[in-house]
Amino acid sequence: MTLEGKDVISVRDFDKETILHILSKAGEVDSHPVPSLLTGKIMATLFYEPSTRTRLSFESAMKRLGGGVIGFADPDTTSTAKGESLADSIRIVEGYADVIILRHPLEGAARLAGDVANIPVINAGDGANQHPTQTFLDLYTILKDKGRIDSLRIGFLGDLKYGRTVHSLATALKHFDVELCFISPSLLRMPEYVLDELHQSKIPFQEMAVLEDAISDLDVLYCTRIQKERFGSPIDHEKVRGAYRVSMHTLSFAKDDLRIMHPLPRVDELDPAVDDSIHAIYFEQAKNGIPIRQALLALVLGKL
Amino acid sequence: MSRSKQLEVSAICSGTVIDHIATEHTFHVARILDLEEEPDTVLVAVNLDSGRLGKKGLIKVENKTLTQEMVNKIALISPQATLNIIEDYVLVRKIRVEIPDKVEGILQCFNPNCITNVPPPSARPKTLFYAQSKQPLRLRCHHCERVMSAADMRLL
Repeated sequence: MTLEGKDVISVRDFDKETILHILSKAGEVDSHPVPSLLTGKIMATLFYEPSTRTRLSFESAMKRLGGGVIGFADPDTTSTAKGESLADSIRIVEGYADVIILRHPLEGAARLAGDVANIPVINAGDGANQHPTQTFLDLYTILKDKGRIDSLRIGFLGDLKYGRTVHSLATALKHFDVELCFISPSLLRMPEYVLDELHQSKIPFQEMAVLEDAISDLDVLYCTRIQKERFGSPIDHEKVRGAYRVSMHTLSFAKDDLRIMHPLPRVDELDPAVDDSIHAIYFEQAKNGIPIRQALLALVLGKL
Repeated sequence: MSRSKQLEVSAICSGTVIDHIATEHTFHVARILDLEEEPDTVLVAVNLDSGRLGKKGLIKVENKTLTQEMVNKIALISPQATLNIIEDYVLVRKIRVEIPDKVEGILQCFNPNCITNVPPPSARPKTLFYAQSKQPLRLRCHHCERVMSAADMRLL
């Protein structure tokens, strides 16, 4: 199997075999680092929307493989501010780099970039749509910790309506033999189109409103932040703010091997007291962004 | 009005008859066909009795051949419609419209934050949707991946 020259735009573009191939390659670079694998290659990071962790993680991944990095994190300082279209910016940058990492506030921007560019484009988040490298690192984290993805009961907590990480992860999990549990206030339910897809793939799922009712059966609990910036109305945000908080008390109802994940940053949905418990794997999860992004970079550049 | 007079009004010599249009979409179909510019005979009827649909619309256009784009648009807004090709007052071909697997450049994405809606028109990519399901209609945007139902559809 080769992913050389391929774009990484959406988890929908990947079948189970390819997903497992990517996770396996991440495991290889994780356990056997190759510091010169991408020497002579240049990665362009085009970030039209603020992001610290994803950008730094990509840059770190590339540098640890010996590659170079160019790019911007503030579109106001670029030709975009002069009115240049995204398609034109991509055509220019592809002459300067071997791979493009794009974050953009508009949904579909990464697909457009992938259609236009002749070099691989990796989506680092397009609006509320996809964030595939986050999904791959989430799957990698589950696999690394549990030794499997199949036969797990996975809960999703918090903002399931606007959170692109939960949409992508739920979509990817349809390839596996899992049971899903969606815990959210009714205002922030998982969108119908995601539920329809799970239904079609015959993935059993439940929707619940109370975390305590769900937690005792879960193997993994994926928490999300309620993102103020995704709400049209401050009144709606106020209604759901602080609706959930995972604490040591909540975890007293959980199985010993329940693992808590979170794409971070967190606000008040995850008590810092949980950080030192055996349940917390979210900092490990963030760290797993490096081997996953290293594997993806090396794969699309034909070096793995 | 005599029966022969009725036939003279309703028959066309050569052209296209679009039958079994969902009656409420008859004028949408008329707009798709750009009938205002038509130099020859055009007949538009709504609320005709139909065994299959209850009520139906019908459009007859003299000397007009439909483009594939027109047929695709009609299929999206009135998938029950049939096209009858008439030559010398004889029905030579009957075509049932079918929703295509790919719908390119004729629908607007219903997601206001889609890359096909926000930039200035010259910088927008051509819209493209994939039919995820035809009954009920579910179209997935190639760009933002949102799924539209028939109620969300808007022609460009």
